[in-house]
Amino acid sequence: MSAAVEHTDSATEANHDAHGHEHGHDGHVPKDSYFIKIAIILAVVTALETSTYWWPESLSAAATPALLIMMAIKFFMIVSIFMHLKFDSKIFSFMFYTGLGLAVFVYLVFLFTFQFFRT
Amino acid sequence: MADIAVHDVDHAHTDHGAYEDHAPHATSTGLSNNKLSMWLFLGSECLLFGGLISTYMLYRGRHEAGPGPDQIFDIPLTSVSSFILLMSSLTMVLAVNSAKRKDDRNTSLWLTITALLGALFVGGQVYEFTSFYHEGLGFTTSLFGSSFYTLTGFHGVHVTLGIIMLMVVVFIMQRDRITGDKAEVVELVGLYWHFVDVVWVIIFTLVYLIPS
Repeated sequence: MSAAVEHTDSATEANHDAHGHEHGHDGHVPKDSYFIKIAIILAVVTALETSTYWWPESLSAAATPALLIMMAIKFFMIVSIFMHLKFDSKIFSFMFYTGLGLAVFVYLVFLFTFQFFRT
Repeated sequence: MADIAVHDVDHAHTDHGAYEDHAPHATSTGLSNNKLSMWLFLGSECLLFGGLISTYMLYRGRHEAGPGPDQIFDIPLTSVSSFILLMSSLTMVLAVNSAKRKDDRNTSLWLTITALLGALFVGGQVYEFTSFYHEGLGFTTSLFGSSFYTLTGFHGVHVTLGIIMLMVVVFIMQRDRITGDKAEVVELVGLYWHFVDVVWVIIFTLVYLIPS
């Protein structure tokens, strides 16, 4: 039985390799190299984020939106790829994003109430 | 024969839509209840950290009695800490992949490296807190100080709990004491660890990098 499963796994991998896929679809386990590439992208984005600290004064207006965009990119890359939400059941995504959406809504209301965004 | 077997495996995955390389769970959803609970817990943690982050955002300008964020934050040091925590997420995902391949030796190795990187991050945070204290920012110095220490302290406690969880998993794996699905246990700890990392991604940007 286990031999049959191993044979199946190796056949699946061979099938993937033949198509040059680094990660699977519909629930296949992505390879280590795929995660390493994602980590390199995340490291580059982190370096870009840090570089905003030394941006000249003339670019400071663009720094905040750029930082928020880079933060969102990193957040969704980690959640969907490292935490496997992209490859997993949609129920898990629903569980997590419901909590996240509720938190964002509640605390935006909180910040508006205390006039945080008033210039 | 191999083609038929491959087709069967694909069919099983498609039916349940789950990232699981084993038979579906005997639950009403066909998914692991443990994993479902972990995602529900992480969803609720968003509310906890949302509260702490928004309270900090509200009070970060209130530092009449002591130093403010621009005077004390050491961005290069915090960037290195952030990079370390980010790399611990990579080692964690490699541990999960090793566990799915039933490679216990590499699973333990990656889990240990993840715990060490986490400890390095916590060490950096302790150093940062100590230097801030010496620069005059105590917990009760100002509203900025209170909200900053509460937010980053809560995160530090989460990282510390994650390190303990990682070491416990390594310990019980080496003694072969895990009953049930070993890969799922590693994956659950992994989900918690990645969440802690993702919270730091937000803290690093909103607290440290965006000027007040």
